[in-house]
Amino acid sequence: MKAQLFEKNVAITGIGQSEVSRPSTKSAMRLSLDAALEAIADAGLQRSDIDGIACWPGDNDNGNPFSPVGPSALMSVLGLKVNWYGAGYEGPGPLTGLINGAMAIAAGLCNHVLVFRTIAEASGRLKNKGASALTNKTVGRDGSYFWQWYTPFNVMSGVNLMAQYAQRHFHDYGTTSEQLAQIAMTCRANAVRNPKALFRTPMTMDDYMASRMISTPLRMFDCDVHCDASTAIILSRTDAAKDGPNPPIRLEAIGSALHQPWSWDQISLTDMACFDVGRMMWSRTDLKPKDVGSAQLYDGFSILTMMWLEGLGLCPRGEGGQFIEGGQRIALDGQLPINTNGGQLSGGRTHGLGYVHEACTQLWQRAGERQVTPHRVAVAAAGGGPLGGSVLLVKE
Amino acid sequence: MKRKLPLLTPDTAPFWQGGATGQLNICHCGSCQRFFHPPAPICPNCQSFKVGPRAVSGRGKVASFTVNHQAWVPDLPVPFVVAIVELADQPGLRFLSNIVAIAPDEVRIDMPVRVVFEQHEDVWLPLFEPDTTQKKESA
Repeated sequence: MKAQLFEKNVAITGIGQSEVSRPSTKSAMRLSLDAALEAIADAGLQRSDIDGIACWPGDNDNGNPFSPVGPSALMSVLGLKVNWYGAGYEGPGPLTGLINGAMAIAAGLCNHVLVFRTIAEASGRLKNKGASALTNKTVGRDGSYFWQWYTPFNVMSGVNLMAQYAQRHFHDYGTTSEQLAQIAMTCRANAVRNPKALFRTPMTMDDYMASRMISTPLRMFDCDVHCDASTAIILSRTDAAKDGPNPPIRLEAIGSALHQPWSWDQISLTDMACFDVGRMMWSRTDLKPKDVGSAQLYDGFSILTMMWLEGLGLCPRGEGGQFIEGGQRIALDGQLPINTNGGQLSGGRTHGLGYVHEACTQLWQRAGERQVTPHRVAVAAAGGGPLGGSVLLVKE
Repeated sequence: MKRKLPLLTPDTAPFWQGGATGQLNICHCGSCQRFFHPPAPICPNCQSFKVGPRAVSGRGKVASFTVNHQAWVPDLPVPFVVAIVELADQPGLRFLSNIVAIAPDEVRIDMPVRVVFEQHEDVWLPLFEPDTTQKKESA
């Protein structure tokens, strides 16, 4: 018997996003409310219709700016009466809240789930520049299964781990900095057309090459930009989605697989989780990579976007560098527009749900000056290293 | 600079403290005869509990690396090299460390390295330096 494809019973019916600021004068809770209420209204729903709430990773660390608002706080402030709620770091990357929310609907627990992601790293870094250092994730000795193998060697930022994948890709496949530059330059070109993006001054190859080296071969322009923002997505049971004002965007297929250890140095350096995720996603649909009209691919670091292109089969393995060379293929008017709002590199590190928000914005043709050719199929993926999840979206 | 140090447990202490006797200890399975890392009370390959630390050669090669230029905290001396080292004892057996005793710009993938220990309190960090006695494999 073929496994039940639970996600096909779930659709996105509304989206919302707060201001994206560096920093914001609003509280993280206020940003969360701005996003949530906009999304609920966009779906044509009332607060009382929402019977589930999910996010990733949730407030599991004393209001840490990486995730200052969790579902328990937001449901209480909104006065929601939910049948199910949940959050937690340990899942398939920044899309975990979306995937869990979809499962709650498919399991019959909820009709409409509010999925959100709030981040306040711009404010956090104003108070303490080292706030996001990995060495500050634990107090005293590091007993974390995740980080203890890295922090004693002065790995304080994920960039030191992503750079290992980049260096190996350069070595194995002949990828160059000039090729990788196209991720940052494409995001910037798209951000120029997005009024909400944080960095909107055009970027040349010379600008990219002149940007400060952070962790070879990754430069400052290969790293995303901290912000304060909240993004919200409404998931609905497909038969409850038909009455809304927007054409439902079905979750056609989900990728959440990890067939390797949860580790930044034990997984395949050229695969990360991306290939496991991509294989799973495509096994759950009859659609093919050539059907994808736009792709919103995690760019916490530029190299990850290139590896998602490969992992999701949007270009052949090892050929990410050649695929993006020159930038034409991935431009707004190219064969596969990517990160059409400027991504996290130029738009702001909304961290995960921003990709889903932009995918829906494009599918619903609300993208204004950055609107690409109308299409029905889009993909969003988020994560790096062992973290990874993807969702294939189809507009009805 | 003071380093962040790991919390020692019965599973992990042999790895972090092997340097006290000049040994790099890696978990080894007595059933399937394979090394694995990070250390755990069970073999991830064959699920045997017949596992324990075993000293390895301490020699290997750079599987990948990066030169970190950013001072993430004020007293962090930069630049320095973060690398993933694959040990000579078993294909794919690797862990993350630092490459020392070489100019950061000179580190390369596949470069032969050998372990050298740096003591901090009750932890002996296994770092790696260039190993001129190993022939570079022409893989």
